[in-house]
Amino acid sequence: MNWKDYFSTSIGKKILVGATGLFLIIFLVVHCYVNAMVFWPDNGKHFTDAAAFMGGNAAIRIVEIGLFAAFFIHIIQSLMLASQNAKRRSEGYAVKAGNKTSKWYSRSMGLLGTLILLFLILHLYHFWGPNRYGQFFDPTWKEDNLYNNMLFTFKELWVVIVYLLGCVSLCWHLMHGVASSMQTFGLATHRYKGMIKSVGMIFAILIPLMFASMPVYMHCLSTCMAH
Amino acid sequence: MALNSKIPAGPLDKKWETYKSTCKLVNPANKRQLEIIVVGTGLAGASAAASLGEMGYKVKAFCFQDSPRRAHSIAAQGGINAAKNYQNDGDSTYRLFYDTIKGGDYRAREGNVHRLAEVSANIIDQCVAQGVPFAREYGGLLSNRSFGGTQVQRTFYAAGQTGQQLLIGAYQGLERQISLGTVTMYNRHEMLEVVKIDGKARGIIARDLVTGELERHFGHAVLLCTGGYGNVFYLSTNAMGSNATAVWKAHKQGAYFGNPCFTQIHPTCIPVSGDHQSKLTLMSESLRNDGRIWVPKKQADTRKAFDIPEEERDYYLERRYPAFGNLVPRDVASRAAKERCDAGYGVGSSKMAVYLDFASAIERYGKVEAHKQGKSNADKATIYAMGKDVVKEKYGNLFEMYEKITGENPYEIPMRIYPAVHYTMGGLWVDYELMTNIPGLYALGEANFSDHGANRLGASALMQGLADGYFVIPYTLGNNLADDIRTKSIPTDHPAFVAAEKEVSDRINKLMSIKGKESVESFHKRLGKIMWDKCGMGRNAKGLKEAIEEIKALRKEFWSNVRIPGEIKEFNTELDKAGRVADFMELGELMCMDALNRQESCGGHFREESQTEEGEALRDDEKYMYVSAWEFKGESQFEMHKEDLVYDVVHPSARSYK
Amino acid sequence: MEHYNMNLTLKVWKQKNCKEKGKFETFQVSNISSEMSFLEMFDILNEQLVAEGKEPIAFDHDCREGICGMCSMYINGRPHGPWHQTTTCQLHMREYKDGDTIVVEPWRANSFPVIKDLVVDRTAFDRIIAAGGYISVNTGNAQDANCLPIDKQKADESFAAASCIGCGACVAACPNASAMLFVSAKVSHLALLPQGDPERKMRASNMVKQMDIEGFGSCTNIGACEAECPKGISLENIARLNREYIGAMFSGSKEG
Repeated sequence: MNWKDYFSTSIGKKILVGATGLFLIIFLVVHCYVNAMVFWPDNGKHFTDAAAFMGGNAAIRIVEIGLFAAFFIHIIQSLMLASQNAKRRSEGYAVKAGNKTSKWYSRSMGLLGTLILLFLILHLYHFWGPNRYGQFFDPTWKEDNLYNNMLFTFKELWVVIVYLLGCVSLCWHLMHGVASSMQTFGLATHRYKGMIKSVGMIFAILIPLMFASMPVYMHCLSTCMAH
Repeated sequence: MALNSKIPAGPLDKKWETYKSTCKLVNPANKRQLEIIVVGTGLAGASAAASLGEMGYKVKAFCFQDSPRRAHSIAAQGGINAAKNYQNDGDSTYRLFYDTIKGGDYRAREGNVHRLAEVSANIIDQCVAQGVPFAREYGGLLSNRSFGGTQVQRTFYAAGQTGQQLLIGAYQGLERQISLGTVTMYNRHEMLEVVKIDGKARGIIARDLVTGELERHFGHAVLLCTGGYGNVFYLSTNAMGSNATAVWKAHKQGAYFGNPCFTQIHPTCIPVSGDHQSKLTLMSESLRNDGRIWVPKKQADTRKAFDIPEEERDYYLERRYPAFGNLVPRDVASRAAKERCDAGYGVGSSKMAVYLDFASAIERYGKVEAHKQGKSNADKATIYAMGKDVVKEKYGNLFEMYEKITGENPYEIPMRIYPAVHYTMGGLWVDYELMTNIPGLYALGEANFSDHGANRLGASALMQGLADGYFVIPYTLGNNLADDIRTKSIPTDHPAFVAAEKEVSDRINKLMSIKGKESVESFHKRLGKIMWDKCGMGRNAKGLKEAIEEIKALRKEFWSNVRIPGEIKEFNTELDKAGRVADFMELGELMCMDALNRQESCGGHFREESQTEEGEALRDDEKYMYVSAWEFKGESQFEMHKEDLVYDVVHPSARSYK
Repeated sequence: MEHYNMNLTLKVWKQKNCKEKGKFETFQVSNISSEMSFLEMFDILNEQLVAEGKEPIAFDHDCREGICGMCSMYINGRPHGPWHQTTTCQLHMREYKDGDTIVVEPWRANSFPVIKDLVVDRTAFDRIIAAGGYISVNTGNAQDANCLPIDKQKADESFAAASCIGCGACVAACPNASAMLFVSAKVSHLALLPQGDPERKMRASNMVKQMDIEGFGSCTNIGACEAECPKGISLENIARLNREYIGAMFSGSKEG
C-alpha cells in the first residue's frame, strides 16, 4: 500500500484525527499559557506584550496556518468518520446499553466537537478575526490591545456563559480525546494505559478550568471597574 | 466382502516408514486436476483440507456451522499427548503406543496406534510453527502435564482451552488456503448423501441450510471428518449440532460401521438439573488430581454436605481402589458413581450425583503455603484462605464455570458431579489408509473407529484428529489417487447424482409431509432416555433386547407423528434436526445390537453379565478380540463382519486398579 | 442455592430472511426454572411454539459451554446479556425474576446481515482471517517445537489474545459496529510470537484493509467492546494493532 492507501483505511483516518488532535492539544497548552498572563496584576501589560509577540512574529503566523489546517482536518475527518460510522448499523437496537458499558462522552465526541466548533466561531469573531483582518487589510494596523478587548467582550454576562459552556464541552471532549489519541498511536500498553488515562483526565479538567477562569475574571474585573 | 486392513508388512516400528517411502505419489500438475471433498472442519477436517490444499489438490470443505472455526473440537479442554520426552521422564513412541493400546483395553489395531504415536511429535512441531500458544515454562520451553492412565508427563496444553487453540491453528491454515483459492469453503451446508459411481465414492449431496436448496458436488475422493455420535444419547458433552448423519449416510451406502457400541462416559460432568437440560458440561479430568469423591454413608441423606461428619462419608473410590484412588480411569470411575447412586446414596435434588470435594486439598495446600511463608502457627481461617488461593490458581476457570452453571460456590460447597456421554470410540470402519470399504470414501478423526479401542485415554482425541489430517491422509490419499489421475471430473448431471439428489429430496419431503403432533426434540429426548438407561454405563442382554424393540417402536412413531414447522426451502432448524434425529434412531438400534453381540466387558462397554465377583469388568479375549464391522442390509438388518485383532508386540492382560 | 420458577414476557425479533423487514413479537413463557440456562429457556419457548403449530425462533448455538462462539443474542441492550465475561449459553435464568420482560435482538451491524430471526451471517470474520490472520507455514515444514524458546509472558499474552471466540459481541456492542477488537486479537496473537514476525506488517495492513471492505465501522476508542467481550479480550490489543499498523505504514513493503 502507498501512503495514500495507508491514510485511507479506518485506522489511517483515525491516525489523522489523533495526530491533529494532539497538535491541537499542544496549541491549547500554549494558548492557555499566554492567556494566563491576564492574571498578572499589572493591568494586562505582560499579557499584551505576549499577545503582541504572538501576533507580530512571522514564525507564529506560519505555524498558525498549520493550526488552521489541523483544525480543518480534525473537524472534517472526524465528521466524516462519525457520519460513516453512523451508517454501519442501519437498523438500530430497540434497547441500548447506554452508560453500562461505555462513557457518554466517548460516544458523543461528534456532538461535543460540534459544540466546540460553534463556540470557536464566536471566539474567532470576538478576538482573532478583527485583529488579523486589520493586520492584512488595514495599512494603519497596530496590534489590538487584547486585554482591553477582553474586558470589553466579557462585560456581557451571556458571553461569559457561552464561553463557560464552551469550556465544559472542551473538558468532556478532552476527557476522551487525550487518552484516545494515545490509544490510536498504540501507546496505551499495559504499562502506560493507567498513566495515560489519569494524565488525560487531569489535563481535561485543568486546561478548561484555566480557560474558564479567564472570562469570569475579566467579567468581574470589568464589573468592578464600571462601579 | 472380506475385510482387509492393509497393514503394511514388516516390524511394527518400520511399518509407517516403509509405507511412506513406497506409496504412490501424484505429481503437482495432476494434483491440480483432482478434486477432494472434505466434510467437517474440526481438527481432522480442517487440518486435512488445509494440508491437501497446500499440496495442490482442489478441495471443497463443508461444515454445518456458520464458520469452520466452530467445530466441536474447540471444546476440548485438557490437552494433547505427544511422545516428545521433553520432561526426561522415560517417555517414548513405544510407551505412548503401549499406553494407548492398554488404555483401549486391547481392542485397537497395533499398526494404527503405533503410527499415531510416531507422528504425535510432529503434530506439536507443526502446531507451534503455526502459532499455537501452548503453555510454556519460564525458560521459554514447552510445559507438560500428566493425564489419566499414564505415568509420564506428555500432555501439551494451552490453559483449559487446548482444543480451541489447536482448532484455531488449523482453521487459520484452512483460511489461508481459502484465500489462495485451493480450498472452497461451504459454511452452513450439511452433507446428506454420498454419491457412488461404479462402486467408488464420487461426490456428495449437500443441503444449503440457509436457502434449503440441495446441491451436488463432485469429488475424486470424499473425506468424512464429521466427529462422533454421542448425541444419540440426547444428553452428552457434545455440541448441540454434533450429529451422525454423514457417517450414517455413508454406512447406508455400504460403508461398514466399526464397534458402534464403544462409548466413553466421562465421570466428571455437571449433573442434570431437570428435564429442561439440553446438554452436559464437562469438568476437566485434571480436577480428580486434587478433589476427593464421596457420598454419604447413609442412604437418602438430606443433610447439607458440610453437616455430614467425616466418619459418615464414604470415599468409595479410595475404598474400592486403594492403589489408584480417585485417579482410576474414566470408565471405572463412572461405573462406581453409578453404582452408588443406583444404590440410593446419591446427593443433590435429583439424587443422581456424587460430591467432588476440595476441602482437604484446600487444607493441604494451605498448610504447605503457611509453612512456606514461615507461619507455622497459622489459624484455620488463614490456612483456608491460603489454600483457597492455591486451588484458585490451579482450577479457577473451572470453578467459575461450575458456579455460573449451578449458582453454587464450589470453594464452600463440594461440587456435584455425575458421569456423562463424552466420546464415541466406534465409527466408520477404515483400513490403515483411513479408507472405508467404499473406495474413495475416507473417515478421519472421531468419525472413524480406529485408534482408541474400547476406551480412549485423556488428551488422545486431539492427537488422533490432527494425526489423521496433517500426517496420514496426505500420504494415503495420494497412494490411492495415483490410479485415478485419468478420471476426469464427472459432471453432476450424471444419473448417479440425479438419483442421489432425488433420494434426499424424497426423504425431506416425506419428513415434512408427516405433519404430526410431537416435536423432534421430544423424540430425541425419548431416544436418549432409552439409550442411556439400556445402552449406557451398564448393559445387559435383557435391557438391550428391550431397547432394540423400543427404538423400533419409537422410530415408527417418529415417522408417523413428528411435527416439523416451516418450509423446506428456507432456514429451518427443526427440519435440520429432524433429519439428524431420524439417523440417530437407526444408529441407536445398531449400537444396541453391537452391545448385545459383545458379551464381554471391555473399556467403556460394560456387560453386567460379564463381571468379576467384586463387580469389575471381565474381558473375554478368547471370543471377542475382534473389531465388529457392521454392514447395512436394509432397515433393522445388519450383518456383522469380524476383523480379528492380532497382537504381535503387546501381550493383552487384565487391567486392575486395586 | 434456592431454586424458583418464574413467568416471563419475551419480546423477540422475528425476521423471515435478510430481504424482508423484521419486527418484535411478544411471547409468554411460564414455569421457567431458575436453574435453566438462557438458551434452555428458549428451547422451552420453541417447544411451546411447535406445539402451537407456529414456527420456532431461529437462533445460533452449538457447544453451549461458552467456547464455540456461535451463540449471539442481544439481551436487554447487552450482547450476551448482563453477566460479565459470559456467553449467552452460559447465562442462567437465576438472573431474572418472576414477571420480568426480556427484549432479545440479533447482533445488529450491516456487516452481519440477519439470516433469520436472531441468526446473523458472520462470514465477514472468516474473510478477515483469510486476508492474513495466519502464519504461512505448510504442513511438514516445522522444526522441533523446542528449538524456538518463547518468553513465557509473551506466550501468555499471545494466548490471552488467541482466546477470542469470534462471536462478534464486540461488533454488536460497538456504537460504530467496529471489528477492531476481533482483528486486533488475531494480530496480537500472532505478532507476539516469533513465528508470526516475518509476516507481521503485511498481516496488519491486509487485515485492516479487509475489515474496511467488509464495511465495519472505525474504532473511536469507546471501549464497549472490551466491556462486553465474553473472553475479556483487552483494549491493549487494539493499541498493539495500531502500533503494528503504524509500523507497517512507515516501513511497509510493496505488498504490505
